[in-house]
Amino acid sequence: MMKNLFSVIALVASSWAMAAGPAVHLDKAPIDLMDKASLQHGAKLFQNYCLGCHQMQYQRYSRTFRDLDIPEDVGVENLMFTGKKVGDHIKNNMATKDAEKWFGAAPPDLTNVARVRGPDWLYTYLRSFYADPARPFGVNNDVFPMVGMPHVLQELQGMPYKAYETRLVDGESKQVYVGIKTDGTGELSAEEYDRAVADLVNYLEYVGEPTKLESRALGIKVMVFLLIFFVLAYLLKKEYWKDVH
Amino acid sequence: MSNAPVDHGRRRFLTIATSVVGGVGAVGAAVPFVASWMPSEKAKQAGAAVSADISKLEPGQLIRVEWRGKPVWIVKRPQAMLDELATHEDKLRDPASEVEQQPAYAQNRHRSKKPEIFVAVGICTHLGCSPTYIANDFAAQVEGVTSGFFCPCHGSKFDMAGRVFQSVPAPKNLQIPPYMFIDDNTIVIGEDEGTV
Amino acid sequence: MFKNLMSWIEYRLPFMDKMNLHVMQYPAPKNFNFWYFFGSLAMLVLVNQILTGIWLTMNYVPSAEGAFASVEYIMRDVDYGWLLRYMHSTGASAFFVVVYLHMLRGMMYGSYQKPRELLWIFGMLIFLVLMAEAFMGYLLPWGQMSFWGAQVIIGIFGTIPFVGEDLTLWIRGDYVISGATLNRFFALHVIALPLVLVILVFLHIMALHEVGSNNPDGIDIKKDNDGSVAQTEADKKFTFHQYFTRGGKKVIVDAIPFHPYYTVKDLVGVAGFLLIFAWVIFFFPEGGGYFLEPPNFEPANALKTPAHIAPVWYFTPFYAILRAIPHPFMGAVAMFAAILALALLPWLDRGKVRSMRYRSGLHTANLINFCISFVALGVLGVLPAEGVYTLMAQIFSFTYFGFFILLWFYSKNEKTKPLPVRLT
Repeated sequence: MMKNLFSVIALVASSWAMAAGPAVHLDKAPIDLMDKASLQHGAKLFQNYCLGCHQMQYQRYSRTFRDLDIPEDVGVENLMFTGKKVGDHIKNNMATKDAEKWFGAAPPDLTNVARVRGPDWLYTYLRSFYADPARPFGVNNDVFPMVGMPHVLQELQGMPYKAYETRLVDGESKQVYVGIKTDGTGELSAEEYDRAVADLVNYLEYVGEPTKLESRALGIKVMVFLLIFFVLAYLLKKEYWKDVH
Repeated sequence: MSNAPVDHGRRRFLTIATSVVGGVGAVGAAVPFVASWMPSEKAKQAGAAVSADISKLEPGQLIRVEWRGKPVWIVKRPQAMLDELATHEDKLRDPASEVEQQPAYAQNRHRSKKPEIFVAVGICTHLGCSPTYIANDFAAQVEGVTSGFFCPCHGSKFDMAGRVFQSVPAPKNLQIPPYMFIDDNTIVIGEDEGTV
Repeated sequence: MFKNLMSWIEYRLPFMDKMNLHVMQYPAPKNFNFWYFFGSLAMLVLVNQILTGIWLTMNYVPSAEGAFASVEYIMRDVDYGWLLRYMHSTGASAFFVVVYLHMLRGMMYGSYQKPRELLWIFGMLIFLVLMAEAFMGYLLPWGQMSFWGAQVIIGIFGTIPFVGEDLTLWIRGDYVISGATLNRFFALHVIALPLVLVILVFLHIMALHEVGSNNPDGIDIKKDNDGSVAQTEADKKFTFHQYFTRGGKKVIVDAIPFHPYYTVKDLVGVAGFLLIFAWVIFFFPEGGGYFLEPPNFEPANALKTPAHIAPVWYFTPFYAILRAIPHPFMGAVAMFAAILALALLPWLDRGKVRSMRYRSGLHTANLINFCISFVALGVLGVLPAEGVYTLMAQIFSFTYFGFFILLWFYSKNEKTKPLPVRLT
């Protein structure tokens, strides 16, 4: 009976992993919160390509500048396109009503997007646009089918399309999907584009939880302290319990 | 149950060591609770320095800007006003601004960086009302003085450098906030060369 | 002078005497194992929740318009606000971990049996209030999961025949979950329920100290003073409050004073717990998406349902039972029956031997069955209710209730091992 129970548990566990996994394969986002240059580049990309439609209504410019080691005057000069004071939130001036008219739904706020979707999803999503003339903006997305967002990074990537090759499969020549390629009109090479997306995702990950690095640094100190306390408490217990044992 | 005698020294040492480390831990655990009472980023941003354009300020005109929820006056004083400051010092409580109500650079007769530009927190030092600016008819309040500030709440009186007159309820001169000039037309209130 | 003052106070409020009664001279069985950490740990977590909770209310805005933004404000703008919030959110999960283990301890060693039935009932009431507290607290961040999780759970009340619809309307105070719901949940979460919780914990401890702590052997440490059990030298080493010897009618054997022996031992438990707790808070505050669910980082939106709604992990065993039954109202009945069955354990278990150490192999197997059923239901409660999962939830619901039914039958004439006279 026990054996059966365990095999059922194993079944649950394996199917659980499957159910939790996404329908589309997600690439691991090569991000590093310690990499300030990457974060700065990501912030620049966000300000230039995303802020037109998406806000970070809970993140302040001053916070981004401080955490990313951007001097305030440099930040105000180069990155602050909206807001009056450096302490203002990163908002755009688009009215929600207009946005709903243009895109069908208001573009979501991106402050917490990395915590909602996860960095891998974002990294794959931004690299999964492809040309689809049937869609209003001429592009569709493998990770988010029928998405109502234009390919805003097209300027960098070029126009991506789904590439097929003719291959011999089981003695028949068939059209086989080989992935997304671009027409080469973008400013960046494929590798550079992946890097740029990773930087952007890195920045989004940071904004989702700006205290993450601080939290880890403090966490290590707390753990070391608690370990010392644990040892002392254990020795103290041992000493007193000599009376009992 | 061991019959070995209790090592009191070791026991006391471990008790004290654990208590001390535990105490340090308790203090450490209190840090986030205490620190969270400090002004938040929002409060700091709201309390940040404000800048004002003074290029259009006419002689004798007063403008108000809000800094940390308080009214701050900026007055452009004509030469006549400045001259008058020297004439009534015997009627003042603290003519030389000895009480620390101003940054060091405003501890002078005109209580300002540039003599003609007067900056002060527009709150009476008595109970916190905002005094009224009387440009020409102040003689009704203090004989022989043309202009000054009069607090409607309890009748405190200040001259054009925010210095308090004698025998009024307000005990101190008006407070001068830190400020600096970015250029001839822009003044920043809440920050000065010393705090930047 | 100081002595006079102390005796002046003592005469009017016997504080030192009560300290002796409950701490310094409280006889605790000397054989507590690590399972006995979870009582004091539950207390620690309760204090953590109350303190961090009070501090969170200092910046939280209980309104549909302001709640989500105020949580982000706490996380980003308030100094150490993120830490206070993570301590509270992780503490909620830790509370259930600790309480579930505490309850399992009680089941293993028969701590619910006579004369500790009332103690067990207070414990179950604490568990009920804790669930209400956690449920209402989860609405407060006003994220997508807060909203839709509350929608589902309030919906359970809607399955009650005749009054269900009106009842849900009354609970929400609106036709949907709205600011009105949020405000009443806030009031209950921050003051009403914590107050009840603290009172119940007090009663739980008073009831415990009245009958004395059980132990892994499940035998009494207070023996009749008729000479049948003699105190050893070791027993005579410690003095206990005369209250426990019932004026000489009882002798206490194999006990040690709670302080310092169990205070220093619990300190080790506390340090060990804090190591794990801090590790989660500082490195994995989302708990893999189970302590803080990803959709909850999006503000509540009544027009957009998340793809998959699952309650927080500590509710999922009961939620799986609810969904296992095809009929909605019967599902709700089964769910409450699952909790009620636990509360009725003192009467469902008709055995005279408390600890599993001296009970039959069948009982041990049945306890293992209970644990597996509970964990499996917990896993299934997270998964979508479809196909094989529903079938499995039904099987494990059956084995869950099977534990109690079996217990009732075999406990009457259970073949048990002989009990020792003294603690082992």
